[in-house]
Amino acid sequence: MRATALPVGFLPLVDAAPLIVAEEMGFAAEEGLALDFLRAPSWASLRDALVHGQVRAAHMLAPVPIASALGVGGGNTPLAALSVLSVNGNVVGVSAALAERMREAGHRFGFDDAAAAGQALIAAAEMPLRIGVPFPFSMHAELIYHWLSALGLPSPQSLIVRTVPPPLMAEAIRAHEIDAFCVGEPWGTAAVEGGVGELLLPGNAIWAFAPEKILAARADWADEAPDLSARLVRSVWRAGRWLDAGAANRSLAADLMSRPHYLNLAPDLIERALSGRIVVSPRGETRATPRFVVFHEGAAAFPWRSQAAWIGARIAGRMGLDQARAMAAAAGTFRSDLFREALSTTGAILPAASARIEGALAADQAVPAMSGSLTLCRDAFFDGAAFDPAFLNRP
Amino acid sequence: MAPKLSIVIVEPEPERARLIVDALRDAGDFDIRVIAERSGLARQIAQRQPDLVLVDVADPSRDTIEELTLATGPLDRPVALFVDRSDAGLSAAAIEAGLSAYVVDGLTPARVKPVLDAAIARFRMMQRMRTELAETKRALEDRKVIDRAKGMLMRARNIPEEEAYALLRKTAMDQGRRVADVAEALVTAAGLLG
Repeated sequence: MRATALPVGFLPLVDAAPLIVAEEMGFAAEEGLALDFLRAPSWASLRDALVHGQVRAAHMLAPVPIASALGVGGGNTPLAALSVLSVNGNVVGVSAALAERMREAGHRFGFDDAAAAGQALIAAAEMPLRIGVPFPFSMHAELIYHWLSALGLPSPQSLIVRTVPPPLMAEAIRAHEIDAFCVGEPWGTAAVEGGVGELLLPGNAIWAFAPEKILAARADWADEAPDLSARLVRSVWRAGRWLDAGAANRSLAADLMSRPHYLNLAPDLIERALSGRIVVSPRGETRATPRFVVFHEGAAAFPWRSQAAWIGARIAGRMGLDQARAMAAAAGTFRSDLFREALSTTGAILPAASARIEGALAADQAVPAMSGSLTLCRDAFFDGAAFDPAFLNRP
Repeated sequence: MAPKLSIVIVEPEPERARLIVDALRDAGDFDIRVIAERSGLARQIAQRQPDLVLVDVADPSRDTIEELTLATGPLDRPVALFVDRSDAGLSAAAIEAGLSAYVVDGLTPARVKPVLDAAIARFRMMQRMRTELAETKRALEDRKVIDRAKGMLMRARNIPEEEAYALLRKTAMDQGRRVADVAEALVTAAGLLG
């Protein structure tokens, strides 16, 4: 059988792994697909490529389809999240000068305590604190707003979140345009290697199970080509399962991804994020970070409608939109229905519910599943916040 | 008469910026500014309050410009991605040419179209030049590596040049690969073996 070529877009980031692995390890071929990759220079251009049909599916920031549904992002074409590609994977870093001030004030850069790190940052920084993120609608921005507002830093009076493309982040720090940043790997590592910054926290210290990237498609394509989109979802889901099935697989993935047409980087820089052994300073201090980035464990790929509702509520809150309406519109973009259908033939263990209380699990916990047993990962926010989208009728 | 359209071009390379400006000047009478410095880009654009922003699709700072579409303050001027509002053919042509454009809300397509048509044509030309340059470079590099591989084969097997090349070509055909890729593999392997 000849494979069906499917154009798929990605940004050169570590969390594009499930797409790259799906193609390179043959999971796409098993479904009769050949992924034809477009490497995009920016999220806006990748979103446009998706909207205009240059690619059928894309590695995308989880909040992007939601922003489109709320009518606040560029683009009014409905987009769908077919699955979650990755959970966690971001780092928060500060400029070298700010790191030094924090160190002098006694902060130990333990890379695990978001409250302590945030208080140290607020104490050492000049106000307003300016933080760079890759895109206005990103988990990076959501994590920063949640973290610092929970610690009492009001935005925009004392906190300015600015969009800085990751390749220009180091330059923005050098030019004193930003004091800190939140980016996905390998860009935090690049800042450390370039000597411009130090890493303060992994994203999962702020929210232990944050949906980071999704597999995005145009909503009309997902509905009109259910067979093709299901084959893609299965390929990528199997790739995620492979990625979470042991350190050796992740090491091999780092090699695959290092190739020139993917990330074009030394494998050991990619492996830091995949192995969760993060080098946090130019002096080589390393921090072991469990679940630094998750692809499969704890039903990571499942697009929970409650995740989308949380993002929708946060965006609506900042932009002065009607919260209830925003949450409902957001929840509709995370297509847990299509995901269930796509995986129905695989024996995948799926949760019984499609929504849950986000932030409720202070420890891993077994939950009701359609078949077999399923343990969800700890998903607590650092401040104990919980988000209950009651309108979504759990379970 | 409506005031002149104000256009901002984001382009760090002076030569490319000049080509775009020239093309737009030929298309009409506009107030054109070029921003080459990407630091503080959002602020620079907001200060000029342009009707139209043109940027290379390959430029990562597109995501910074995206932030302007969210501005709600009285001094900021929201710009909307034109590809959502004007005709799909024009949008597709722009994307294919590698051009991104942001248009202030409320501008009529009739006023914007001549600018975009001119810009699209120029971006297409620049893209063609870029592709040709890349191909020339690649051909040059291919030839260098093939020459090295040929030399290695000639010495190792004590065969003349034509035979060495024929061997490379046959191997490439058998494996369904490019001659340059086979040559590259040989050179790399030889380097590893010392």
